[in-house]
Amino acid sequence: MITAAARLTCADDLREYRERLLAARDTAARRVRICLGTGCTAKGARVVLERFRQAAEELEAPDITIETKCTGCHGFCERGPIVVVDPGNIFYQNVKEEDVADVWRESVLSGRVVERLLYRDEETDEPATTPDEIPFYRAQHRVVLALNGVIDPTRIEEYIAAGGYAGLAKTLATMQPEEVIEEITRSGLRGRGGGGFATGRKWRSARSAAGEPKYVIANGDEGDPGAFMDRSIMEGVPHAVIEGMIIGAYAVGSSQGYIYVRNEYPLAVEHLGIAISQARDLGLLGRNILASGFDFDVRINRGAGAFVCGESTALMASLEGRVGEPRAKYIHTVESGLGGKPSLLNNVETWANVPQIILRGADWFASLGTEKSKGTKVFSLVGKVKNTGLVEVPMGMTLRQIIYQIGGGILDDKQFKAVQTGGPSGGCIPAECLDEPVDFDRLTELGSMMGSGGMIVMDEDTCMVSVAKYFLEFLKQESCGKCTPCREGLAQMLDVLSRVTRGEGQEGDVDMLQSLGELLEDTALCALGKTAAYPVLSTVRRFREEYEEHIAGKHCPAKVCPGLFRYEIFAENCRGCGLCAKKCPVDGISGERKQPHVIDQVKCLRCGNCFEVCPFAGVVKV
Amino acid sequence: MVEEKTADVPGIIDRYGGDPGMLIPMMQDVQAACGYLPQTELKELSGRLAVPLSRIYSVASFYASFRLMPKGDHTIQLCMGTVCFLKGADKISAAVQREFQLVPGGTSPDGKFTFSPVNCVGACALAPVMVVDGQYYGGLAVDSALELLEKIAAGEASPQTPSPPPSPGGRGSRAPSPPPSPGGRGSQPPSPEPSPTSRASEAPSPQRSPKRKGSKKRSPRPSRGESGKGEDEP
Repeated sequence: MITAAARLTCADDLREYRERLLAARDTAARRVRICLGTGCTAKGARVVLERFRQAAEELEAPDITIETKCTGCHGFCERGPIVVVDPGNIFYQNVKEEDVADVWRESVLSGRVVERLLYRDEETDEPATTPDEIPFYRAQHRVVLALNGVIDPTRIEEYIAAGGYAGLAKTLATMQPEEVIEEITRSGLRGRGGGGFATGRKWRSARSAAGEPKYVIANGDEGDPGAFMDRSIMEGVPHAVIEGMIIGAYAVGSSQGYIYVRNEYPLAVEHLGIAISQARDLGLLGRNILASGFDFDVRINRGAGAFVCGESTALMASLEGRVGEPRAKYIHTVESGLGGKPSLLNNVETWANVPQIILRGADWFASLGTEKSKGTKVFSLVGKVKNTGLVEVPMGMTLRQIIYQIGGGILDDKQFKAVQTGGPSGGCIPAECLDEPVDFDRLTELGSMMGSGGMIVMDEDTCMVSVAKYFLEFLKQESCGKCTPCREGLAQMLDVLSRVTRGEGQEGDVDMLQSLGELLEDTALCALGKTAAYPVLSTVRRFREEYEEHIAGKHCPAKVCPGLFRYEIFAENCRGCGLCAKKCPVDGISGERKQPHVIDQVKCLRCGNCFEVCPFAGVVKV
Repeated sequence: MVEEKTADVPGIIDRYGGDPGMLIPMMQDVQAACGYLPQTELKELSGRLAVPLSRIYSVASFYASFRLMPKGDHTIQLCMGTVCFLKGADKISAAVQREFQLVPGGTSPDGKFTFSPVNCVGACALAPVMVVDGQYYGGLAVDSALELLEKIAAGEASPQTPSPPPSPGGRGSRAPSPPPSPGGRGSQPPSPEPSPTSRASEAPSPQRSPKRKGSKKRSPRPSRGESGKGEDEP
């Protein structure tokens, strides 16, 4: 193990340390990389790692070096646990404990490929050996996630060997704060957390704001349900976030930073904590960083479970130990934020982009993406899509490319209905807009938004009214209650929606929802309240006929809302086993044994028991 | 009755340099020590920090992760994120509440479980997901979720079972929770009497249970549901 002399005291020290790390790397070594992201861990990756470690310990072959290491999330969580074997970059998916022996013997020791664990193309059934051969990865362009799945996030040496902290060294050694801000401004980077505000402009305001001390804050309170890119960044490349923050702190003149992480992300907190202490040990954080005279340190604060704390003023209130209620933003937080001091808040993904921009230059970054949305964006592609996971693509890729090319299309080859972007305050985008490019402005024009990058795919079995109701329930629950439009308006809207999904909708309900929603948009205090009606407004706009059918026809076209559709027995599939009749709570199913049964629609409670228990798809919803 | 745990409030305050701005982390530490926020601890916190007790309670009741009541032996966090919702988490939630007499944020009468639905645990690829005592279980359906909880209640599948082989060469700091034992969660058969074909490691564990098959009707054989189901077969 190569260790740094002690603290690194200049940019040259860092470079030299990196060269030593690279030189010491055994190029002939075989490596087993095991993903320990939350997804893979949940599927048993820790046991897989233990088995590999055991195998490595028991091996009696001093002539070969085998490294087993854990990495951050590869993004293809659907197929976890994921194990990659080098040399060859052989990508194994769904690796179970009992597969370890095979992989070890065949692949690691003998250099062969264990074909049964490879990814197989959905259509051609061709096996893919390396990630590049998998459609899910082929169309991606990884900048922020480039090291995810490659380095061990708990070892700063690996980050440095991969070029980490070189951006910081360059900043401190060769750039004035103004130049840093200029570079970020020229790159066209916009905030990845939701608003899409120009990062350079925010930094400039923070620099010119009066008041001392100044704070920089990373927003890792990823509250949007269905989004986990920030979690994976914090877990997989925590140092990139920290490096970005140090550069930002230097640019605006701050010496104290905070990372606000969601309470639900224990692994992210752990990895960030390890990363901070390692960076301190090397002199990359703390007093006199790289002997430049610049001081900066970071502290982690865990959230306590409040969605609204993703909003900047609420987050800062929470950091002050108070209830996370937003305030009106007549004065921006860059001027008066945490403790009334100038505070620069950026999203985790925004911070992670910063070192790359400094290192590779603003022009490189600006060459990616569309005219007004530069760079790449990480999306969490989830829902009724074949390949679920994290995808990073250049801005401007179309929804169709993301969902079909990378995502592999809709589960069970059903019909695509809509994709929901932007989290609970976002909107649903229907099939006719699939060829629209994804960037900040286009999504807003479509009545949705980029948000933090959640992308939830919905198929024909999804009831849009129920989806809108789900989001309103969520937002009502999470409304902090400070302003009346949000506190009361959401409750009223939810009331109307619940009526509609129960089949008690009345004429005029849709218009009422719309006017309540518009009122909310105009009058709520914070950005979350202002956008809280979007799920309703966008589904009304795009799927109005579905609302009408619930109200006028008392029928749920997607057959989701209980009571708004019937169960019938499909005689062709019914084998007369009698299981449904046995499970029916009202004895409403009758029929001879081994003959098709019949449901008595008068008795039927629409409880769905028969549908759930039938093993032969003999019960259908109509 | 479980014995009351107490927290070292002065120590916790010292940990954060006595800064009242760090009230939330302090309360998190108290909760980590006691399992909830006992009144005596909060009063002590209030007195030592010179922060009004009313403000401490306002913080405690505002944030979803704080509990003012003791928690059960096991904590169930059921993900109610969008993807989990689309894949049936609401049904699981209803069933869990019904079967174990739970309400969101509450503890079951027998003290076994505390139930907290959470917005999203960020493991959407595994939806629907339930986290029991910090252990993630994915790809659940109503049946498998109930089965899992019954086993945990009976002490059979406790995720907290320590792993027999200590991690060789693994850095301690890497694994905050003990890695699941080889015979533990990962490979437990789902029911006490597995069918002859599904033994040990072959048995579908909660997270390996047929994914997205929650309500699918394609399977020609009954592959889920009660164990007695096969007998109804023609």
